[in-house]
Amino acid sequence: MILFLARRIGTMAVTLLVISALVFFIIKLPPGDFLTNQIAELRAQGEAASAAKAEFLIKQYGLDLPVWQQYLVWIGVWPGPNGFSGLLEGDWGWSFEFDRPVPEVVGDALWLTLLINLVVVVFVHVMAIPIAIYSATRQYSIGDYVATFIGYIGLATPSFLLALIMLYYTNRWFGVSIGGLYDPRFSGQPWDMAKLRSLMSHLVVPTLVIGLGGTAAMIRRMRANLLDELGKQYFVTAKAKGVGPTRALLKYPFRMSLNPFIADIGNLLPHLVSGSVLVSLVLSLPTVGPILLAALKSQDQFLAGFILMFVAVLTVVGMLISDLLLALLDPRIRIGGR
Amino acid sequence: MIVALLSVRDLGVEIRSDLGHVAAVDGLSFDVPRGKTVAIVGESGSGKSVTAQAVMQILPKVAGITRGQILFDDPADGKKPVDIATIDPLSERMRQIRGGRIAMIFQEPMTSLSPLHTAGDQVTEALRMHADVSDSEARESALDVFRRVGFPDPKRALDTYPFELSGGLRQRAMIAMALITRPALLIADEPTTALDVTTQAQILDLIHELQADTGMSVLLITHDLGVVANMADEVVVMYRGRRMEAGAREDIFRRPGHPYLKALMRAVPRFAMKPGERLTPLREVKTSPLRPGGSAFHCDANRNVLSIRDVSKTFTLRSGWFSGKVRTVHAVDQVSLSLPCGTTLGLVGESGCGKTTLSKIISRALKPDGGQVTFDDGSGPKDVHTLDGSSLTAYRRAVQFVFQDPFSSLNPRMTVYEILTEPMKIHGIGTSDERFERAKALLEMVGLDRRSLRRYPHSFSGGQRQRLGIARALALEPQVLLCDEPVSALDVSVQAQVLNLLKDLQAALGLSYLFVSHNLAVVDYVADTIAVMCRGHIVEEASKEALFREPAHPYTKALLAAVPDPDIDRPLDFAKLRTGRFSDPSAWPEPYRLVEGDHGAMTAIGPDHRVRTMSESRREAA
Repeated sequence: MILFLARRIGTMAVTLLVISALVFFIIKLPPGDFLTNQIAELRAQGEAASAAKAEFLIKQYGLDLPVWQQYLVWIGVWPGPNGFSGLLEGDWGWSFEFDRPVPEVVGDALWLTLLINLVVVVFVHVMAIPIAIYSATRQYSIGDYVATFIGYIGLATPSFLLALIMLYYTNRWFGVSIGGLYDPRFSGQPWDMAKLRSLMSHLVVPTLVIGLGGTAAMIRRMRANLLDELGKQYFVTAKAKGVGPTRALLKYPFRMSLNPFIADIGNLLPHLVSGSVLVSLVLSLPTVGPILLAALKSQDQFLAGFILMFVAVLTVVGMLISDLLLALLDPRIRIGGR
Repeated sequence: MIVALLSVRDLGVEIRSDLGHVAAVDGLSFDVPRGKTVAIVGESGSGKSVTAQAVMQILPKVAGITRGQILFDDPADGKKPVDIATIDPLSERMRQIRGGRIAMIFQEPMTSLSPLHTAGDQVTEALRMHADVSDSEARESALDVFRRVGFPDPKRALDTYPFELSGGLRQRAMIAMALITRPALLIADEPTTALDVTTQAQILDLIHELQADTGMSVLLITHDLGVVANMADEVVVMYRGRRMEAGAREDIFRRPGHPYLKALMRAVPRFAMKPGERLTPLREVKTSPLRPGGSAFHCDANRNVLSIRDVSKTFTLRSGWFSGKVRTVHAVDQVSLSLPCGTTLGLVGESGCGKTTLSKIISRALKPDGGQVTFDDGSGPKDVHTLDGSSLTAYRRAVQFVFQDPFSSLNPRMTVYEILTEPMKIHGIGTSDERFERAKALLEMVGLDRRSLRRYPHSFSGGQRQRLGIARALALEPQVLLCDEPVSALDVSVQAQVLNLLKDLQAALGLSYLFVSHNLAVVDYVADTIAVMCRGHIVEEASKEALFREPAHPYTKALLAAVPDPDIDRPLDFAKLRTGRFSDPSAWPEPYRLVEGDHGAMTAIGPDHRVRTMSESRREAA
């Protein structure tokens, strides 16, 4: 077990190294960088003083070094202008766009993103699992057709369109202000009950909008999985033992049908951060998605690099967690090879 | 008059489908007396499993009881019999009967148990459902019942998962699960069909023994008349949902009345068949008069089309998920065999003995670690594993496979025409018109309508599909067919058709067969020489007369003794089979014992009769 973990963590480190290289070089791929572009602009406008400051920044962050050296400085294994100071040392760099350190830029947005998406994940599972069980056990009943129909609508409707429609009506009917995660009058205020309540009411629309597609997809997949398992002989055996229908269902086929979803955790975690960019833009949610988009567009390299690396770490850790969970829950994986 | 434990009266079960309602069971009546075994016999689709499901009230959703009574007189409560047919399947009352008073075991011991729960959990669940017991009491009872059904280590069995157990042990766990609540009636739906013969005999013995101990009744559902002859007190023969004949075992087997039953009996290969006697299938299939076409080649039984010399193959298994330990398994160990032209070599052994690995080595799907396979089509012997280029293509044409499972071995997305002509296309034979003609001829050869060329495999029955598989194998005019359990997935009624077809084709086309099977009676029917395989070794090789008349090796003897014969004068000798370690080479008596690392040596004990004994050096050392 310990050997296995050590091996897994080793491969994880290598994977992250490869990803970091890819991320960095792809961000650097377009000619120039944020500062040189800015300097050219400032020079054109004749603002020599600002240009001088920018040139100072270039020295400061070693942007005049060759790309491979910049990369090594960034991850923190090569002495930069300020000695060893990179990701490995916990220095996440400077956002040129916002003129602030990366953690300050990302900080709040990261937590709000995690919050929204966690709520969405819970929503998806709470909605999808009972509906899926219902439609699998009553295949081809009216309820099944209704669930299927709603599911297809959820899959087929573009979420940004749904977002616009819902924004309009929640504003009209419930007076919830448009966009954002809380009412504009609370911005910059300390957290209190009123602000929390405002946050709650603003969470409803994004949760529904982001979650609907996922719920629909999960209902379809879960229903198909369950239908497969319901036809298996061991379920008949359980019924022949006299086990009640609900208990028999949850203990045997349902548990079997969970495997693919546990295996999915690895994809779910990074989705918490990077998913729903489009919806966030439409709803002007202060999440990481729009920040990442802007950073990529303006080649704000440290900011974009940090967000991408964060997502990568979440992916790799998510994969490890889902592997461990699978082994814990499924004895065939745990002791199958023996 | 003693009231029967279960009496079924005029039972009707309908299955609703898109094509309308089909009566799966139609006016069936029978009784299961206390402490007796009643067998329901019939081919697949006769409604015997549906009857069992109706008694348990676990019919699939599309099926329902339409009329009749299922009276269950529980000896434990002393009340009047209940009519199961009128109880709501989901009601508490039915759940108490189901699993509590009537228990059921199923055919497939692997899929009948959940792989995610321990054997102990699943076995005790039945008890916890029906009796008010604590966890520790339930475990105690489970230990008890595991011991009774013959688990070597009951304590460990509680915490093992089904996939860690062998097929026989899994079925024992199923039986333990059914018996832990001490039911009055055990329904066994094809309980041994998926098992090896020796395991089958042990499970049948176990059911016998438990029945004597507990006095329960058994409703045995099977298509195997051999099992019926050994197990049943009374027999009900079903055909298309109706009872054809019923009576005591003696009457049924000695004086079969109904023509259907007589036909069923003639369709099963038996050991006591006269030389040259032919099986009579239930429904005879017309095949076109087989003419030795232009491809027929001269076959001389003195020439070996295939010779196998000292072939070995080991597999390496990784054990455990977290550890990197490896284990090697000798799947095929120093095997030598030869297949004379135009004859059939039967290869017999239980699952995991290496039969399939050997046939894969012959077809070059696997490379042996050592040894040689040579092929001789009349132009001199050639080493199969060094062939390349055109000689390899020729070999691939000459040696074809017939597979076990007719359902998964035909591509469901190809029409019969495409299936039959694909081999010819691959080998670039003929124009498309010629291929079309050939496909029609092939269909007639195997007794299928030439108009079925445009149909898809799913519209054929199992037996018809297997004949399609044979037609495909014949498309390239091969000289050797490797038949890997070609009839073990088929119903008795069609088994005879396919076996007869294979025999006729051999006579007409001069084919040579390597016929792999675990069913000795089937091999006896088709083979000229028989090789018995165990743990990768050939332990005995002889002409079929010699092998059945005077088997020498203990493993062969055990195999022969374990086959249930549909002849009530030749019952299974359960006492002899009880020791149970036939397939362990180190447990064989001298001089047959093989210890680790000893391949032994073949010793001739008669003309064409050889048996493996421990090697000289070991014997001297001992």
